[in-house]
Order: sequence, then structure tokens, then C-alpha cells
Amino acid sequence: MTFYAAVGAVEQGLVYGIMAIGVYLTFRILDFPDLTVDGSLPLGAAISAVAITAGLNPYLSLLLALLGGVLAGMVTAILNTRFKILHLLASILTMIALYSVNIRIMAGPNIALLGVATVFDPVVRLGVPPHYAGLAVFALFAGLVLAGIVWFLGTELGQVVLATGDNPQMVRSLGVDTRTIVVLGVGLSNGLVALSGALVAQNQGAADVGMGIGTIIAGLASVIIGETLFGCRTMARAFLAALLGSIVYRLAIAFALSLEIGAFRFNPSDLNLITALLVVAALIAPNLKRRLMER
Amino acid sequence: MIGLEGLVKYFHRGSVNEVLALAGIDLQLAAGDFVTVIGSNGAGKSTLLNAIAGTFPVDSGRIVVAGEEITNWPEHRRARLIGRVFQNPLLGSCPSATIEQNLALAALRGQTRGLAKGVKGRDRQRFGNELARLGLGLEKRLGDKVGLLSGGQRQALTMLMATLVRPEVLLLDEHIAALDPKTSTQILAITAEIVADGRLTTLMITHNMQHAISYGNRLLMLHQGKVLLDLSGPEKERLTVQDLIEQFHHAARGEELALDSLLLA
Repeated sequence: MTFYAAVGAVEQGLVYGIMAIGVYLTFRILDFPDLTVDGSLPLGAAISAVAITAGLNPYLSLLLALLGGVLAGMVTAILNTRFKILHLLASILTMIALYSVNIRIMAGPNIALLGVATVFDPVVRLGVPPHYAGLAVFALFAGLVLAGIVWFLGTELGQVVLATGDNPQMVRSLGVDTRTIVVLGVGLSNGLVALSGALVAQNQGAADVGMGIGTIIAGLASVIIGETLFGCRTMARAFLAALLGSIVYRLAIAFALSLEIGAFRFNPSDLNLITALLVVAALIAPNLKRRLMER
Repeated sequence: MIGLEGLVKYFHRGSVNEVLALAGIDLQLAAGDFVTVIGSNGAGKSTLLNAIAGTFPVDSGRIVVAGEEITNWPEHRRARLIGRVFQNPLLGSCPSATIEQNLALAALRGQTRGLAKGVKGRDRQRFGNELARLGLGLEKRLGDKVGLLSGGQRQALTMLMATLVRPEVLLLDEHIAALDPKTSTQILAITAEIVADGRLTTLMITHNMQHAISYGNRLLMLHQGKVLLDLSGPEKERLTVQDLIEQFHHAARGEELALDSLLLA
């Protein structure tokens, strides 16, 4: 693996790490497996791309993308909490619907972002070399998101979000409508995923309706790798682990793609298979370990 | 303080499994009444408490607590007036949060939660004092995760959480049944102290007839969704376990007689 490939992988790890933080919030904190993310990542990209093309400030476009993601997540959560649709199915429904919505937003399957202003411009103007601008911006955003989510979960409202995933009956008997909290949490999660998608689009110079495929699996892989390698003893540690897990995950993929075993090489299209196997291995490992220990 | 009028609750209504869990309960509780509730399995004890707490809507009847008709209020809204402790010690607190975080959640029962810090510095002093009353040494473990506590400790914590904001009504659903005898005695003593200190209007379900007699100022026996026995004052004080067992048998015989008459007809 070349140095530039490694820098690129860390960059990807940081920007998709924002998505992994969102996935951690639903998957681990709220105990709500949420596939909406496969649709809300390109939603964020689409909103940001259209806004920038229309002349809006790229930083403001991130805010719009975030809001769009929040709305998408809220739709899933409302389908689940108000209309009693199974969470997994509710999220698949929103995801499928978002495919059409995203094409409508972009008036086509993709938008190129060439020669337009992006969030990287001010950083380059500050004197950061262009090939490190992505790294700098993504590190900044990932850091802000991490700090923000850790702060939020320490507030009165955030503590209720934590408790809702743990013990919803207790939360209701303490006077909080758990449905509202789930809507808030899943909304927030998808807002972060959409923010991640918007940053990715500005970095790779295009938003594409297909860019969200496998987002949930990449997110889960990051979360699980992070938990395994970095632990989750405190809340701050757990979210940091999801972010670091995302970086390790992208590095592992870059490494796999650079492998040459005789005439065999991995194709980028093999990634989904590799990732799925990785997640399966990580999910069954604790069980296997327990069974082996019992012997 | 609590007024129940003609409370009726069916489960699985309209199916072959239809059960009439509450068959028209009328009950008036004065402020500060500490009522023990007994009855065989399926008598409707838990259903009664769940109906008051709003776990499910009732099929007919009215529920009034502290002058407010709450019959159609959702569960979380009723929580402003009602403190609850469940039989399962795991249901009352949040295992991955610390003791002080759990207490902070309970300290805002019925209030809107904002973006202020979850556990505030001034709370810690107060939580420490409250925990010290339990006599379990939990005041020294404010930062420990609740998942590390024993069932008894968790139930004591839940008692505190349910009463940290003074509830108009305290509902205890066999809250000591899942604990070992020594711990259950301890939690019962803590319960009696908290109820007496706060002059809390309380409904306590128990399977232990001696507890039902020695605690509280009023005793209800439920049978097949109805109030079979409602004793207070001197009547309750004179009551013995033997009396209660006879009442139980009487109720059971009544059931048999009804069956016989049905067959003969």
C-alpha cells in the first residue's frame, strides 16, 4: 500500500466515521437497526450538490443536507413508533423511497461538482496543500461531531436517549414519551449520515444515487471493529471507537485492494463481499469465544 | 386522592381467550392511605395497578388522581402523578447508566427535559443524602453503573427513584417478590419508612398475607376482577392470617357453588 493510498484511506475513514457515529447511535444506543442510512447518505450528497450548484455557500449546503437527513430518519422512526411497522422494515421502506426522492432532487441519477466552490476552498486558501485539504476538513468535522454527540448525551435530553435504548419501560414511567425520543434519536443519526454523504460528494466531486449502497454494512463494520479494538467502557470512548473503527476499516480495505497473491487481485467490486464476511465474523466471534471457553 | 369508578378491562376481547381481568372496580382512596392488595393469581391485582398507571386503556370506567381525570391520558403523561416500582428489579433502573445518572433521570419525572447538564453538581449532594437514608452504602457509589448492583440494591434505588419527586400515588407491584427473604424484609422496611415520611398514597400488591396485615392502614382482597374484601381501621388491625385464608376459601367455595348451580340449571 502506497503512502498516498494510506492518506486517502484515513481521509475516507474520517468522513465515513461521521456516518459510523450515526450508526452507533441507532444500532447500539437506541437498539434500532436502521437501514435508512443507505438512502440518507446519498440524500445528503444530493441536497448539498444541488445547493452548491445553485450558488449556495458550501458550508450552508451541509446544514441543509443535515436537515434533510434528520427528516428522513424521522420518517422511519414515525413509521415504527406511531404505525407499529417493524423497525427494520420501516427503514427499508424509507430507503427505497429515498432512491426516487434523490433522483428527483438531482433531476437525474447524479450531479458532477466540477469547478464549483466546496468546503475545501477556505482551507486551501489558508495554505494547506490541496491533497491534504480533505484530511484537514474531515478531521475537523469528525472532531466536532464527536464532541457534539458526547456533549448531547450528557444533557438531560441525551440521558433520556441513552435510557430509552436500555429500558424504555423505565423512561415511560419517569414521564417521557419514548416514541418522541426514538424519533429524535433516529433523526439525529440520519442527519449525521447525510452530513457525511454531503462531505463525501464535495470531496469526490460528484453526488450519485448509487453511492449509498452498503452504507449500513460499512457503518456496522466500523462500529464492531471499533468496539473490538478500542472498547466501549465510557460513552465518549465508544463513539471515539466507532470513528477510529471506521479509519481501521478503510485502511484494511485499502490494504486488501493492494494485495497481490500470485495472479489474484481483489477488485473494488469484491468489497461488499469482504465487508459482509468481516461483519459476520465479528458478530459470531463473541458466541464462538464463549462456547470455546465453556469447554 | 384516587377515585376509580366502574373500571372494566378485558384481555383478548372477542376471541376464545377472552378474560375479564377487571369486572367493575369502584374504589376511593383518601390522601395518605397505605393500601395492601392481596388476591390469588389472576385476581386482577397487577391489572388494576397497570390500569391506573396507563400501561393499557381500560374498556370502561373512570380514573381520577389528585382531582384530575386521567382515564384517557397516555402512560408517560400519568407519570407526572404516579410513581411505580415493578416486581422485576431490572425494570426500574437503567443498567448502563450510573447511580447518579439514574437519580437525575428520576429527579425530572414529569418535567420537560432540555439541554442542561444531565447530572448537576448540586444534585450530587442531594442524591448522596437520599441514598444514605437507605443504609446500603450506595451514597459512596454514585458513579458506579447500576448494572453492577444486586437485585435488592436496585430495588431500593428504584424505591428512591419513584419517590424522588413526590408522587400523588405510589404503585408497588409485588416489588419485593423477586428478592431473597432477608433482602425483601430490608426493602419492605425502607418502603414503610419512605411511605410514612412522605405520607404517600400507596397501593402495594403482596403475596405475603402477614405483610398485608402488618403494613398499611387498609387492605383489599381482589377475586376475579372484583373487590372481595375492603378492610380498614380496627377491622384490619384485628385481622389474622387465619381470617384471610378462610376468606380465600370462602371465595373459592362460592365459585364452586356457582358452578354447581349452573350445572343443575
